[in-house]
Order: sequence, then structure tokens, then C-alpha cells
Amino acid sequence: MSDHAPVTDWVHDFDHTDPRWTENPYPIWDTLRAAGAVVHTERFLGCYMPTTFDAVKQVAYDTEHFSSRRVVVRDVRPETIPAPPITSDPPQHKPAKQLLLPSFTPDAIKKLEPRVRAICNELIDGFIHDGGCDAAARYSRHIPVRAIAHMLGIPETDGDRFIKWIHEILELGIKEQAMLMKAVQEMIAYFAGHIERRKKEPTDDLITTLMNARDKDGQPLSDMHVQGTLRLLLIAGIDTTWSAIGSSLWHLARMPADRERLLAQPELLPAAIEEFLRAYAPVTMAREVIKETEIGGCPVKPGNMLLLSFPTANRDPAVFPDADKVVIDRKQNPHAAFGLGIHRCIGSNLARMEMTVAVEEWLKRIPDFRLDPAGKVTWSEGTVRGPRQLPMLFGKT
Amino acid sequence: MSGKLRVRVDQDKCQGHARCKSLAPELFELDTFGNAHEVGDGTVPAGLEHKAWLARSNCPEIAIEVIEE
Repeated sequence: MSDHAPVTDWVHDFDHTDPRWTENPYPIWDTLRAAGAVVHTERFLGCYMPTTFDAVKQVAYDTEHFSSRRVVVRDVRPETIPAPPITSDPPQHKPAKQLLLPSFTPDAIKKLEPRVRAICNELIDGFIHDGGCDAAARYSRHIPVRAIAHMLGIPETDGDRFIKWIHEILELGIKEQAMLMKAVQEMIAYFAGHIERRKKEPTDDLITTLMNARDKDGQPLSDMHVQGTLRLLLIAGIDTTWSAIGSSLWHLARMPADRERLLAQPELLPAAIEEFLRAYAPVTMAREVIKETEIGGCPVKPGNMLLLSFPTANRDPAVFPDADKVVIDRKQNPHAAFGLGIHRCIGSNLARMEMTVAVEEWLKRIPDFRLDPAGKVTWSEGTVRGPRQLPMLFGKT
Repeated sequence: MSGKLRVRVDQDKCQGHARCKSLAPELFELDTFGNAHEVGDGTVPAGLEHKAWLARSNCPEIAIEVIEE
């Protein structure tokens, strides 16, 4: 494992895998934003980072100069690993995304809601009598795994395997190329089995939907395309929402006033979920410069990577007054937690439903809870940020 | 100006965040891809004006126009 030297100068040498960034990135982002709309580090083979909402938006909208073929900033530049449509640029992007969109509309997702509600309650049944639990290990991490497994038509019980791959691809894989490639190969072998089975017996799930999809010339998708999209759905659908649910509960554990308000006025929940998404947006993406241009007056060249931090954009006080305050009934909240432009997260409606149901069911059954002072909250590193250990105690103090 | 409002979703800008549909379901609907359109000709019924402004100010892509007629 290639360890990174600790950062001493955030503005000229930032590192989103530094333990201080992982622990509490918000003051660091303020420092970077105060230094300029774009900052640079020599780490990660040279990487730029837009720090304002406007600069993030400019990059997200500009698919001519910034490619999505690499969406994670790493120490290494392995060959690109396609996962359409997240890694697709125009003109391939739109048809690849349109294949999936109908399965992810709010109405389509609504059908999954009863299953997610049942999953949440099964999980709560498992620890409610223990007086406390690690809410990340016992609750938030299992909800999205099971939901996406349900949609894909793969066993919910394979969840631990999915979580291992994601950890290897999105966290360890930032610094270790062999780990990244091994996890990708294992996923390919896993899905190959599921695809083969469906050739004999088609099922009513997303894998079959992809296998039956035809392009504009009436041709089926290549195996590589189907595999890439399945990889994307599994990776993008799990630790992202796991993080968002975990951060929401982390907030509510520390803020009894917000908790009481949501219990008294459950109609505030949708606004609260949007505010948790803004303030604790889990996902940071990346772009690769493919044509020379500039952002915020800063020239960038082909081959440069860009850390595209939607979470940082969401804390920009130029767009969000009191950006560092979590205001659960914030009226004006056009946050970018799900990205901006053509790559808007395809699972945004699924994520919102899972977050809403997860918080709702938790509050119904565990209205009073707090962080366990004897335990330690830990956060995931790098691309997706959320609590990975979240020790809680139930009941009033 | 009679104070009547009309909403319009710019189809080139809408990316399907669906915030408008969730905040103002009376004024917006989604197509099979989840992208938003104004209901009918976009005329905002009396009493729902605040929802038109709310939807506009929460659209991350700034895709909603509120026209005062």
C-alpha cells in the first residue's frame, strides 16, 4: 500500500485521501475555496479541483473538454474500465443512459418501496432490543445492497461480497492497481454466471432488461457493455446510499432538536432529506481533460485529472446561505449531490426513496438515540464519504 | 400584468432530478425517462403560485422558467 505523505499545505498539495480530509473535510474545503475557484496538487499524477459551485458546474457541463472515461482520481492510470453510461461521453452517453432511465423513474422506484420498508424493519428487529448498535454495520450498509440486488435479480445474501468489491475498487484501488483489477475481474466472473443463466431462463429484472436491450440498429449490447453497466449499478448503488443514510442518522444522533422536529412534523422529512443530501453529499467524481482549456482562469491540459467534488459545491456560501449549517427545512436547495448536467445520477430517485424510508422507519421505532461516547465514528476515504462505524445508544440520556 | 403565472421546463437543460415534480406535482409531470414537463400549457392555477417559485428555486439545472403574464 503506497501511503501518502501527510499534507502540510492544503492549497498547493491537497489530498482527498488524507485522514484529516476523511475525518472532517469542511474546513479544508473552505480554505481551498478561499484560495481560488480552482486548486492544484502534484499528487495523483497531477490533479486540479474546482472549489466553487460555479466552477464544478462549468466542468460538469463541458463534455467537450472534460471526459468521463475516468471517474475516480487515483495514484495510477490503469487502462480505462468502461461502466456505461457513467464513463461514457457524448454521443454514446445518451443511448446508454436511456436504456436504464425507465427503470429508475420515481414511479418505477415506488414499486420497490414496500420491499425496502420491510428490509429496514427486519434489520431493526435484529438490534432494537440491544440498547444500541453500530448503525452503519447493522443498518445503513445493508439497505442499498439488498435493494439493488433485488432490482438486478441477484441474491440479497451476496451483499458482503459486493461490499468487499466496492471497498477494493473505490477505496483501496485508489492506491493499489492490482487490487482494483482483481475486484473488477471477480465481478466480471460473477455476473457472467448470472448472464448465462438468464440466456436459458429469462427473468424479470434489470440484468434481463439489459440483455434484451437493442441499440438503434437493432443490435443487442456487447457483453462488455452489459457487464460494465452491471458493475456500475452495483458499485454506484451501494456505498453511496449507505453513506447518505449513515450521515443522516449521524446528524440526527447529534441533533436532538432536529430529531424532535421531524417526529413532530413528519411532513418536513422530504426537505430534511434534501438538506442531508446537500450538507453530507457522499459522492465525489472525476474528469479527465481531453482538450486544452481553462477553468476559473486556470489552464488545464489533456491528461490532467480533475477532482469533481459535488460535496464541496454544496458547501459554497455563494449559492447556499449558511452553507455550513444544516437547516432541515431549507426552502431554496438546488444542491448538486446527484451531479449536474448529463451525468445526473441515474439512481437519484432510488437513493431518495431508500434514505426517506430508512430514516422514517428508524425514527418510528427508535425515536431517541445518540452517539455512543465509548465508541468511535469512522468515515470512508476518497470517492464516497460516509460513516463506516456509527456506534449508537438508544433511549433518552 | 394580471399576475397570472406560467411555468416552462427547458428540455435542453432538464436532467431529470425530479425536484419540481416532488415539490409541485400539480405543475409538473415526468416522461418515461424521468425528465420533467409542465402540466398542460404550464398555466399555474390560482393559489399554487408559491409552488411555481419553489420548483424554480430548487432546480439544480436552472431549467424552470416562471413567466409572469
